[in-house]
Amino acid sequence: MMQIAPSVSNPRRLLRHLLSACALVGLSLSQAQAGGVLTVAMTAGDIPVTTGTPDQGFEGFRFVGWSLYDALVGWDLSKADKPSDIIPGLATSWSIDPNDHKRWIFKLRQGVKFHDGCAFSADDVVWNYARMTDNKAPQFFAQQFALNRGYMTNVANIEKVDDFTVAITTKFVESLFPYTMSYIPMVSRCRAEELKFDWNAFAMHPSGTGPYRFDRMIPRERLELVPNKDYWNPARVPHQDRMILIPMPEAATRVAALLSGQVNFVEAPPPDTIARLKSAGMQIVTNVYPHNWPFTLNFVKGPFTDVRVRQAANYALNRADFVELLGGLATEEYAQVPPFMPYYGKPVRYEFNTKKATELLKAAKCYPCEITLAISTSGSGQMQPLPMNDLLKSQLEEAGFKVNFKVMDWNAMLEIARGGVDKFPDIDGYNGSRALVDPVIAVIKPVAKAYWSPAGANWGHFYNAEIEKLVADIFTEFDDAKRMALLTKLHEAENEQAIMIFVVHDVNPRAISPHVKGFVQSQHWFQDMTPISVE
Amino acid sequence: MLVLILRRLAYAAPIALGVSLVCFSLVYLAPGDPLQAVMPADVTPDMVEMIRHEYGFDKPIPVQYALWLWRAVQGDFGLSIGSRRPVIVDVLGSLQNTLLLTSFAVPIAFVIGYTLGAIAGCFPGRWLDRTVTGFAVMGVSVPNYWLGIVMVIAFAVELSWLPATGMGPRGSDAFSIFSLGDLRYLVMPVFTLSMVPVGIIARSTRAAVAEIRGQDFVITLRAKGLSETAVIRHVLKNALPQVLAVMGLQFGYLMGGSILIETVFTWPGSGFLLAKAIINRDIPVLQGAILLLSLVFVATNLVVDLLQSAIDPRIRRA
Repeated sequence: MMQIAPSVSNPRRLLRHLLSACALVGLSLSQAQAGGVLTVAMTAGDIPVTTGTPDQGFEGFRFVGWSLYDALVGWDLSKADKPSDIIPGLATSWSIDPNDHKRWIFKLRQGVKFHDGCAFSADDVVWNYARMTDNKAPQFFAQQFALNRGYMTNVANIEKVDDFTVAITTKFVESLFPYTMSYIPMVSRCRAEELKFDWNAFAMHPSGTGPYRFDRMIPRERLELVPNKDYWNPARVPHQDRMILIPMPEAATRVAALLSGQVNFVEAPPPDTIARLKSAGMQIVTNVYPHNWPFTLNFVKGPFTDVRVRQAANYALNRADFVELLGGLATEEYAQVPPFMPYYGKPVRYEFNTKKATELLKAAKCYPCEITLAISTSGSGQMQPLPMNDLLKSQLEEAGFKVNFKVMDWNAMLEIARGGVDKFPDIDGYNGSRALVDPVIAVIKPVAKAYWSPAGANWGHFYNAEIEKLVADIFTEFDDAKRMALLTKLHEAENEQAIMIFVVHDVNPRAISPHVKGFVQSQHWFQDMTPISVE
Repeated sequence: MLVLILRRLAYAAPIALGVSLVCFSLVYLAPGDPLQAVMPADVTPDMVEMIRHEYGFDKPIPVQYALWLWRAVQGDFGLSIGSRRPVIVDVLGSLQNTLLLTSFAVPIAFVIGYTLGAIAGCFPGRWLDRTVTGFAVMGVSVPNYWLGIVMVIAFAVELSWLPATGMGPRGSDAFSIFSLGDLRYLVMPVFTLSMVPVGIIARSTRAAVAEIRGQDFVITLRAKGLSETAVIRHVLKNALPQVLAVMGLQFGYLMGGSILIETVFTWPGSGFLLAKAIINRDIPVLQGAILLLSLVFVATNLVVDLLQSAIDPRIRRA
C-alpha cells in the first residue's frame, strides 16, 4: 500500500517531506502560470463571430479567426523585418495542373485533428465549401456565405481527389489564386453535425484546428481562449496560459484599461496618448504594414478623368504635415503600396510641389478645379479622418482645387464604396483606407476591368489598355520571379497614372505592458499571438 | 384601484403598438442597407438578392411587419445581423446589466436630489438655495462622458483605487453585488450616471417645494400653530408626487442606458448594445432593443402613475 503520509514520529523526515511538498506545489504553480494571461483590448465593438470567417474586419481574423482556425494556406507572421507572405497551412503544397490552368491541386496535411478530436481530411474541405456556397446543403450558413463571397469570387468548384488531396477549379486563370485560400478557415464537420447544424450553438462551442481552443465566451464582453497543446505545428503552441479578448471600441478607455492594469495589450492607441503611455513604461510597438489611406477616384465623370488633375492632386500634398499631425504614427505615401513591398519598384514620386500642381490644373483647364469628395467621420483603418481631411482640403485648395466634402458615417461610406461609380456618379472620389494584403487586392482589383464596380473593387471604372494587358500577363504567369517583375511593372504604371490620391500609410501602433514578452509585430494585418508570454 | 390599473393598461396597449410600428420602420427609415455589415466590398447584385432572401428582407413590407410583430409578441425578435445570436438574449442580458446600474443610480440620485431640492426650496433666494441650484445646474450641464473619463484618469489610472472598465475579472456572468471586489466596478459608472438625475430631481424638488410653501393650506397650517418642522413635513409630502413623476422618467431614461457612459466604462448594458447596433446597422437588434426599452418606459410610467395615485388620492379621483 502506498504511504501517503510521513511518519510523525520522525520530525526531521516530516520537515523534509513538507519542504518537498511545498517545492512541488510551488513548481506546479509556477508551471501553470509560466505563460501568464494575455488580456487584449480590441478596437472591435463586439466579439468577432466564432463560426469560421470572422466579421469585424481583419481584426476579427487577427484575434479570433487565426486563433481558432487554420486555412489551407497560412501566413508567415514570424518576422518583423520582412514582408509576410503565404506559407503552407492545412495544405502542405499546391500546384497548378499543367494541363488545365484553371485547376489547382492542394495536398493536405496529414495527422491534423480538430479541437473535438476528429481528423482533418479532404472531405472537410469539400464540406466547408458547401457550407459557404450551397444553400441546399444542410450545413449552409448565410452569414458565412456573406462573409466569404468576396474571397470565393473565382472559385468554381472544389472536389476531393483522395483523402488528402483536393482539386480547386477556378472560373478564370489566376496565377495568384493560392492567396485566396488564405482567407477561408476550416471548421469542424463533426462539431457541426453533433450540434445538428445549429450555428448559434456552434458559436458557443466552436471547433477548428487552430493554435487556441475555445474556453468561454460572454457575448459582447469577452472571449477566453486556451492553448491547443496538440496543435499540429509545435512551434506555434501558445506560450501564454490564456488569451482573453475584450471588445473596447473607445480609444481612451483602452488606454485607461492598460494604464490601470486591467489589460496588457492594446490595439491602436491614439497618437496623443503615446507620450503618457511611454512615461508609464508601456512598450509602443509599430511597424510598416500593407495599409494605405488614399482617395479612390472617379474615372467616368468629372475632373479626375484627366490624368493631369490626378497628378496635380498628388503634387499638392505635403505628406510630412500629415505624419506630424499623427504624432509620427504614419509614413508618407507616394504610391499604391508601401516601399517595403516586393513589387514596389521605382514609381514616380509625387513630391510636394504646389506650383507644379497649379500648372497641371491650368494645363488641364480645370482651374479652379471643383471636386466633391466623400469622407467618413470614423471607421475601420480610417485613422483620424476629420483633422486629416481638413489638412488635405487646405493643401488641395492652396494648389487650385475647390474641395466640397460630403461627410458621412462609416456605413454610409461603405454604401458608396459598394455601390460604385454608376450609383454615385457625382462623387469624384472617396476616402477609404485599404488593406493591401495580397497583390490581387493591392494592385490588380483597383485597376482591372474584371473588377469594375459593383461586381468588384475597381470603384471608379479605371481602364487602361496597357495595364489591362499587364494584369492578363500576371494572371497567366506561373513563374514566381517573372510574375514579380510584372507586378512591379504594374505598380509603377499605376503610379504614373496616379490612380489614387496617395496620402499616408499607417504604422499599426500597439501599446503593450512591460510584462508582455515575445511579441513580434509582423509587417501584416494579421499577427501571431502564440509566442507571447506574460511575466 | 383595479379599474385604474386596467384603464392605464388599456392606454398602454396602443402606445406599445405604435412603438412597434416605429421600431419596425427603422429598417426602411435608417439610411443605408441593413445587410451592409455582413456583405463583402465587391458583392454582386445576385449575391445581394440571395443574402436578402436568407435574411428575410425580400418579402412585402406588411408581411414582414406582421411576421415580425407575431414573433415579437412571442418574445422572438429574430437574429442579430452581425452575430446571428437571438436578439432577445442580447437585449435581455444587456437590460439586466443596465438595471443593475440604474437600481443603484436612481435611489442615490433620488435621495441626494430630493434632499438638496427640499433644502433649497425651504430657503428660497438664500445662499443655501443658490449653492444647491448651482450644484444642480452643474450636474445637468457637465457632460457625463467627460466626467466619466476624468474619474477614470483620477481614480483608476493615477490613484489605482478603482477599476477603469468592465464588470469584473470574469465578466457579467460572474458578477455579484455581494462581492466587494465586484462592487468596485460599479462605483464610477453609478456615480457618473447619477449626476444628471441628481441635478434634475434637485431642481424639480426645489421648484415644487417653493411653490407649495406659498399655497393657502400652508398658511392655514401655520395659522393653526403647527411648528415649522411639521409644516415642512406636509410640504414635502405634497411635493412628492411631482418628484416621483420626474424620478420615474429618469428611471426610464437611465434604463435606456447611457450610450456614452456605458461606452466609456465598457459596461455591457443596453446603451453599449445600442451604440454597437447603430454603428453596425444591426437593425434587428435596434428594433428589439428599442421596442423592449420603450415597453420598459411605458411600464415605468404606469408604475409611477399608480404610485402617485396611492400617495395622492386627488390623482385617483381625477
